Amino acid sequence: MSNELLKINNLSAKVEDKEILKGINLEIKKGEIHVIMGPNGAGKSTLASILMSHPNYEITDGEIIYQGEIINNLSPDEKAKKGIFLSFQYPEEVPGLTVESFLRAAKSSVSNEQVRLMEFKKNLKEKMDLLKIGEDYAKRYLNVGFSGGEKKKNEILQMAMLEPTLSILDETDSGLDVDAVKIVSQGVKMLANNSNAFIIITHHKKILDYIKPDFVHVLIDGKIIKTSDASLADEIEIKGYEWLKI
Amino acid sequence: MEKRNKTYVEDVNRGVYDIKNEVRYSYKSDKGLTPEIIKAISKEKNEPKWMTDFRLKSLEVYHKLDLPPWGPDLSELNMEDIVTYIRPDTKMNTSWDEVPEDIKKTFDSLGIPEAERAALAGVGAQYDSEVVYHSIREELTAQGVIYTDIETAIKEYEDIVKEYFMTCVPPKDHKFAALHGAVWSGGSFVYVPEGVNVDIPLQSYFRLNAPGAGQFEHTLIIVEKGASLHFIEGCSAPIHSVINIHAGCVELFVKEDASLRYSTIENWSRNMYNLNTKRAIVEKNGTIEWVSGSFGSKVSMLYPMSILRGERAKAEFTGITFAGKGQHLDTGTKVIHAAPHTSSNINTKSISKDGGIAIYRGAVKISKNANHSKSTVTCESLMLDSKSKSDTIPVIDIMNDKVDLGHEAKIGRISEEAIFYLMSRGISEEEAKAMIVRGFVEPITKELPLEYAVEMNNLINLELEGTIG
Repeated sequence: MSNELLKINNLSAKVEDKEILKGINLEIKKGEIHVIMGPNGAGKSTLASILMSHPNYEITDGEIIYQGEIINNLSPDEKAKKGIFLSFQYPEEVPGLTVESFLRAAKSSVSNEQVRLMEFKKNLKEKMDLLKIGEDYAKRYLNVGFSGGEKKKNEILQMAMLEPTLSILDETDSGLDVDAVKIVSQGVKMLANNSNAFIIITHHKKILDYIKPDFVHVLIDGKIIKTSDASLADEIEIKGYEWLKI
Repeated sequence: MEKRNKTYVEDVNRGVYDIKNEVRYSYKSDKGLTPEIIKAISKEKNEPKWMTDFRLKSLEVYHKLDLPPWGPDLSELNMEDIVTYIRPDTKMNTSWDEVPEDIKKTFDSLGIPEAERAALAGVGAQYDSEVVYHSIREELTAQGVIYTDIETAIKEYEDIVKEYFMTCVPPKDHKFAALHGAVWSGGSFVYVPEGVNVDIPLQSYFRLNAPGAGQFEHTLIIVEKGASLHFIEGCSAPIHSVINIHAGCVELFVKEDASLRYSTIENWSRNMYNLNTKRAIVEKNGTIEWVSGSFGSKVSMLYPMSILRGERAKAEFTGITFAGKGQHLDTGTKVIHAAPHTSSNINTKSISKDGGIAIYRGAVKISKNANHSKSTVTCESLMLDSKSKSDTIPVIDIMNDKVDLGHEAKIGRISEEAIFYLMSRGISEEEAKAMIVRGFVEPITKELPLEYAVEMNNLINLELEGTIG
């Protein structure tokens, strides 16, 4: 089997008639960690939303090929079942729905079988311990009253529980203190292996102190204008993005 | 052949709630409302003269009163087409084995005998116009608790019934109270003597099987000084293509230091006009707690009222209304603070979907003498699409400035972002919506008796996913 996981060909997309992505090309193989950096408004979050089929975004051109299949028109739940995961920049609050029952429903859905309760609880507790999330969080309503950091950790907990093949982290590190960034990074490292891949969208270099990416891409004005190794992040840290603009 | 006007009815397949039995009866009144029909019902029930007179007088009042000028459209409801009294072909039984097989089966599938064995101290089951089953645990009888149908109560406890019957909700109150006074039949009579705490709930279930009929059960509950009770009421009917009407009346008397919790789930089919009147009078230090779920019916007008007559009397109201396609549910609650230091706490949620209309209509009145009274009203509405409608119409009437009043209303649509968020975790769109709705009503579900909480969740699944759990 081929190692190729995701191939994005000339992808353009708009939101409310505004063209945001203008021909993205990207290839990701299993076992890789990709970082996408870029200034505000470059289209990073749009790319994440498009990859997860957010209803407000529309593909106008190009294709997304995942494990050999064009997935442009799949719904978010179908994509999740195929192993795609998006860690949200601003996770939604859902009153009345506990983290635990939500995760169990999600796990049952993506694994296509009813997850046994005891097994699930044990698994959940392990993952929560690893991410240093207090036990009482399982019984709390999804993201309701969570601090910014708690919401992000909860995203990583969901990722750890659902064990996706392709994880997209949309600015999961932003707004976090150093300890929280460490925990999020540990989560990624804990999960990363030869059969999955990560796209980490960020505009800070901080998370790269803990995770070593295989590729760093720079997204400016809806296009990936430069791709290199981890050293590119250091360069951006010093010089900013201006020098990359043509 | 009877000629009936066909009514356009929107409904989902509601499983057990739609089980229809053949209509068998030992007596059935003619359609419409005349003094002859009323006299015939009274004669059929072997009533004392005062009750016959009461019915006839109520009928006169009914003809004099107009339909309410506000609220849902009632023009389709024609009482000339309604059979007001249908006596099933059985008596009131004390064993389920004596109940005719098809009727027993209906209550079985509604889970009544099962709940009776598991969690109830007494059960009443009404089928069309009469109660077909009644039971109460012996230890309660030994403590002087009375739980029976009103017909039996009139015979055996005539003085008590006469003293209280329709004094809390007088027939002249509104047109459907008058209608009820004229044609009432069946229902529950509960008397809890001073100081007796009934720890396990009593439950009455009302099932209307016949098409084109009305159900007019009367509930009269008296909780004496320092006593307590939890009473549960359930209602349902299978779907028909003609109009049915439910105009029950609930009168609750909560005496000094007494407390009563009254939980109802009304899950009528969508050919039903549910015009029910419920009211409680609460004396000093007494507490009334209403838990009210309105799911079914084509039209509902339901505003349980608490009259806080004694000092430090308390009312709590927890309500949930779910209006789907073709439904107009106008529900809420009224509280009258008529004594100092009285308090009320109102918490309602409504959901509307597929063009359904869910309106909160409520009133809080604080009288001149009700110093230091306190009232909190919180209403939340969730609309699942842009076709549906929701509104809050709270009336606040304060004649005293030494009060503490809070009111909060939130009307919103289901969040597209939240649906997307849940879907991104592999959950289907329907299930995501159902999860959000279940979460929204969760604070109310917690208050419901278990089997009704299950019923409510099933309804949400049915409405949002088309499945019965």
